[in-house]
Parts: sequence; structure tokens; C-alpha cells
Amino acid sequence: MATAAVTAERENYLNQQYGIRSWLLTTDHKRIALLYLASITFFFFIGGFFALLIRLELLTPAGDLVQADTYNKLFSMHGQVMVFFFLIPSIPAVLGNFLVPLMIGAKDLAFPRINLLSWYLYAIAGLMYIHCILTGGVDTGWTFYTPLSTAFSNTKVIEAGLSIFVVGFSSILTGLNFVVTIHRMRAPGMTWSRLPLFIWAHYATSIIQLLGTPVLAITLVLVVLERALHLGIFDPKLGGDPLLFQHLFWFYSHPAVYIMILPSMGVITEIVPCFSRKRVFGYEFVAMASIAIAVIGFLVWAHHMFVAGISLYSAMIFSFLSYLVAIPSAIKVFNWTATMYKGSIRFSTPMLYAFGFIGLFTMGGLTGLFLAALGIDVHVTDTYFVIAHFHYIMVGGAVMGYLGGMHFWWPKISGRMYPESWGRLAALIVFLGFNLTFFPQFILGYLGMPRRYWQYPPEFQVLNVLSTAGSTILAVGYLLPMVYFLWSMRYGKVADDNPWGASGLEWMTTSPPPTFNFEETPVVTWEAYDYAHIPDPEEVAVER
Amino acid sequence: MAVESHELALRHHFADPEQQRQAASLGMWVFLATEIMFFGGMFCAYLIYRYWYFNEFAAGSRSLDITLGTVNTAVLICSSLTVAMGVRAAQMGKNKLLVVLLLLTLVFGFAFLGIKGVEWYQKYEEHHIPGPSFDASDLIREYPQIHIDPQHSQIYFSLYFAMTGLHALHMVIGIGIFCYLTYFAVRGRYTPEYHTPVEIGGLYWHFVDIVWIYLFPLLYLIDRKPLG
Repeated sequence: MATAAVTAERENYLNQQYGIRSWLLTTDHKRIALLYLASITFFFFIGGFFALLIRLELLTPAGDLVQADTYNKLFSMHGQVMVFFFLIPSIPAVLGNFLVPLMIGAKDLAFPRINLLSWYLYAIAGLMYIHCILTGGVDTGWTFYTPLSTAFSNTKVIEAGLSIFVVGFSSILTGLNFVVTIHRMRAPGMTWSRLPLFIWAHYATSIIQLLGTPVLAITLVLVVLERALHLGIFDPKLGGDPLLFQHLFWFYSHPAVYIMILPSMGVITEIVPCFSRKRVFGYEFVAMASIAIAVIGFLVWAHHMFVAGISLYSAMIFSFLSYLVAIPSAIKVFNWTATMYKGSIRFSTPMLYAFGFIGLFTMGGLTGLFLAALGIDVHVTDTYFVIAHFHYIMVGGAVMGYLGGMHFWWPKISGRMYPESWGRLAALIVFLGFNLTFFPQFILGYLGMPRRYWQYPPEFQVLNVLSTAGSTILAVGYLLPMVYFLWSMRYGKVADDNPWGASGLEWMTTSPPPTFNFEETPVVTWEAYDYAHIPDPEEVAVER
Repeated sequence: MAVESHELALRHHFADPEQQRQAASLGMWVFLATEIMFFGGMFCAYLIYRYWYFNEFAAGSRSLDITLGTVNTAVLICSSLTVAMGVRAAQMGKNKLLVVLLLLTLVFGFAFLGIKGVEWYQKYEEHHIPGPSFDASDLIREYPQIHIDPQHSQIYFSLYFAMTGLHALHMVIGIGIFCYLTYFAVRGRYTPEYHTPVEIGGLYWHFVDIVWIYLFPLLYLIDRKPLG
């Protein structure tokens, strides 16, 4: 405790160098993580702005706030910004970048300059996409379906496609760095079975990024070539097959959902044992469940195409395979619950987000089973049921995990504590706002309201008003952490090295860590989540 | 001197040169895995359309210049040989030999691109470039025995240009890498203790070569037996 005052003055990665050059030319994984944090937060608010406009338009049954064409652009760009510029880089590029070397006892990622390159690719792609937004935007939906995207759309498809091509390579390079780092840079004694499950989750995520993203890249190249040079690959008028596009697109874009959710699961698996003061239940099962989700995730893509005209037999096989994803997902949920069983649970902010994650992810996952069933899927395809389902996974799951992780590791990142009561309040607001926004959409979808329409019959208005009201509450919930995180950087209580009494190497170095992470390379002689031997900081305080 | 140069090349975050070498090598292998998936999307499209539009694919394939294609395949195989020998030369510390072999590789690389350019120009003259000016009437005249749909023929040439174009782009990147390697080889940077860039640059070159080994039969040798 007495070291707290000293910690603030000690040399760390934040105060070692100052000036814009020391940030833009840094190869320190922790600084690159913060570059990513600033950039993805920026895009999160752009995507959120589009979402609010969508919800405002849907406040009334008539299409009155924006034109139909504008509405098409709004939901297209909301999806593309949120998926490619926020969700996919969110946890891996910020928390993963910051924590992967720290958690395995390395000085940096294996390829620090490639890490910086990946951020520059992200920034270039981001600028391209902003230019695209400002000069007219894109209206193909986030999916770029052909032949709409290659022959009919009059918007900036080429520019949007190329920007997502570039951001894909940023994602590939992050994944490549993680895989090599996890294989080659572990500290002595840090065996595979002692790795934190956050690392296992990121390893599985990286595999998807490495093997899935190139397929999206080549697909977008073909779309751009078809649109620009009339190479006939997908356009039926040129003899091509639009279904081929859908297969190639979803071959990446379904596993992309697991790029978003797996790192979140990794975050939750760190938070739950810490605030239950127990070793995680079934370590091997949770680790292998991550790998299983990554592998099975590659075999289910055609469940997005049940009504697109694929054969009934392949639809049945893809339906069956889609059900299989539920097994490793359920293993995780059960193991988190079992970890909490008879634990001494503390309701700190990260734990509140973890609770939120488990509940919302379970809802999202179970409704995913509805959609994997052929009959129900035909009924609710392209309705708000689907929208609600994937927002429960991506926002209720991935973003809850991201916020939980940001709170959990904020003391390590910034060296300061955020205000705990504000944190709990924001977590509660996010949870309530989220459910008010998206739960009515399940009902709307089941009643038959289609997605991507800017007007709707008056009988749907009550549920739409509820949803729009919820989205404003959710927006407050997202703004609050942003405000108090910034506030805490200056005024927050100085954080201890290990304020939560958590396991993991990242808590054994100072807060914030020095540039090379550890004074000397740690030697690991204990198992992961050894909470039986780590004192709870609050109980220690009581004893004193 | 050798010891000094590899200590210079050891980056701060690695414990020892062996760890650094293994990381770099694994990094390149992982990258090549992503490259396989990158080309894989197009190979997938190729397989489907070849199965559907076999006649057009066979006719399109016949219209390619098999002599130039074969020569180009030989050129690339020779370049892979010089790369493999170059890696060996770097391991043995024969720096002059390494420079010669790297330069030879570059010559082969440029030769490949030159020949490829000649082939593309032929296609341009034959109006076989997809787009508004595409014309398959010469193929229809030449092979009256089989039914040829010009649109399906255009798909063959779309894939031909997309696949060989992407491969050529990888060749250009490879030539860039080998110019870099040659520059530092001339300055004597690579030693038996430190020659990882030569090794992983070589891995990349071999990969691009192997892609061509698949492209050649898929595009040139679909059906060459006499029609009758």
C-alpha cells in the first residue's frame, strides 16, 4: 500500500517518452493498444450515431425522418463500421494487444513493427471509410450481396470494399502476431496448461482471423473487379453465380462472429474466477471449448443461406452443424456458473458486466438455436428476430465483455482506479438499456416486422418506441464510462499493482507496467487461477 | 565479426537469436497459411465454374500459349532452385555465391513477368480480356464441335486474369523482397549465424512458385487432346 505513491512517479510505458512522435512511431504493444483504443472508440461513436438515427426513424411508422435511400445507407454503414472497425478489432487489438505479452511474461509481441503496421493499416482503412461516408456512403447492407453491389448500387461500393479489404489485413497481422507470440514468447514455466484462458481465447480467435479473413479479402477483390472491370464472377447477367458470393462471404463472416465473441469469453473467464475467489471450473474444458468454437465455426456458414436456394440436404447438414456450436458455448456458460458456485462473490463493476454477459449471451445463444432450426428460420429470416439475436451476441455479449475487460484492466492500463459507484451505475444502465432496446425486437421479428425497412405498419409502433427509448438509455450507459475513464486518468485514485487480488502475470508487474513489462523475466511455477493462495485485498484490509 | 553482427540483429524483446529465428520462421509459415486461404477463394470459384462450364473452360484453355506457359513454368522452377541454393550458400557463409544466386533469382523473376506480359498482350489482341470488348467468336469458330456460350467463356478469362494477375502481383512483391535481400547480401549482412531474412524470403518465393505449379495445369492443361 505504501508503494502507491512511489508507483505514480516510477518510470512506466506512459511517462517514459512524451510527444506525438513517441506515440505514432512506437513499437510498444501497450502504446499501440492505446492507439487502437482511441481509434475504435472514435468509430464506435460513428457507428452508434448511425444506430441512433435508425432508431429515431423507426420511432414512427411513417418514413419521415430520412429518405428510404438514406435509411439504406444508415443501416449499411452502421453494420460495416460496427463490425469491421469496432467489434472485430475491439478486444483483440486493445486488450489483447496490451495483455497477451504481459500475461505470458514476454517483453513484447513477437513482431512489434508489424503490430504498428497493423494499426496504420487500420488507420488508412478508417480514413478511406470516412471519406466514403462523407462523399455519399454505401447502401448494400453490410453484406455487399451481389448483384446489388456489383451491378445495381449507385453508391461508393468500391471504396467501401477496398477499405474493408485493407482493415482485414490489419486484423490478419494482429492474429499472426498473437499466434507466433503465444507459441514462441512464453516465459519459462508458462506451459500451455498454465496459460490464462484469455490467451486460449485469443489463440482461437487468431486462427479464425488468419484462415477466414483472407477469404473475405479475395471475395471483396472479386466484387471490386466485377464492378470496376466487368469481370463476370458473381453477376448472373454475366453468367456468374450470386450464391457463390454468399458462400464465400459467409465463410468468413460467420466465423467473424466468433472473432467478436471468443475474446469476450476470454475476458469473462478472467473476471469470474477473480471476483469469486476460486479457480476456474474445468480449465481444460474451457480452453478446448474455445478451440472447438473456432473449428466448428468454420463449418456452419450456410445457415445464413437457408432461404437463398441451397439444396435441402446441405441445409439439413448445416443446420445440424450449427447446433453443434451450442455444445462448447454451453460448456463455457456452465463452467462460469460452476466457478461462481460457493465462491465468495464480490459485485464489483467488472463482475456486473460478467453477469450481464452470461445472461445476455445465453439469450443470444438460445435464440441462435431457433435460427439454426430450418422451419423456424424460414419463418423469421430477415426479420427483427434475427437483428435481436445477433445484437444479443454482439452487443450483449461482445461489448459487455469489452466493457467488463476495460474496467477490470483499467488500473493496469492507466495506473488509476475508475470511480466504483459510477462504474456500477453505468453497468446497470447498459444492462437495462440494452434489454429495453433489443428485447422488443424479438417480439417484433416474431410478429413479422422485416429488417431493413424504414416504415412499418402502425400496430408495431409500441414495441418500436420501447426499442428507441432503450437505445437512448444505452447511449447514456456507453457515454458514462468514457467520461469517467477520462476523468480518472487525472483525478482517479492511484492504483495498486494488483488492486483486485487477481492471478496472472500482468498483475505482478507495476501499474502501469514499465516499457519492457517486467524488471526481470518471470519464472512460472504455479498453475493458472491459483486463487486458493492469493489473498483477497479487501479481506486483507479488514484484518489490518 | 560474425558474433558481432548477429548480436546487432537480435531485437530487444527476444531472449536469444534462436528464439528470434524460430519466431520469424513460424510467422512466415502462418502468413503462408493465410495466403493459401486467400488464393483458396479463387480456386473454389474456379472449381465450381469449371465443373459447370467445362466446354468453355476447355476451349479457353486451348487458346492459351502452351509453349510460353511451359517455358514460364521451367523459369520459375529454376528460380526456386537458385533460391534453395542461395539459402544453403547463406548457411555456409559463402557470401559471393549468395549474391550471385539472389541476382539469378531476380533475373528469373523478371523473365517470368516478361513472358507473362507477352501472353497477356496476346490475349488483349485476341479480344479475350473480359469487359465490353470481350469477343469469343474466334473460339466458337475454331471449335464448332462443342457448344460455347460467350458469357461462360468470359468467366474462364475473368478467372484466368484474376488468378494469374494476383499471382503476378505476388511475384512483384517477391522481387521487391529479393532486391532487399540482395542489397543487404552485397553489404555482407548475412552470416551462418544470422540469415533468417534469406530463409523466410525463400519460403515466400517457394510459395509463390507452388501457386504457379497449381495454376499451370488448372489453366493451361484442362483438355488438350485432339477434338474428334
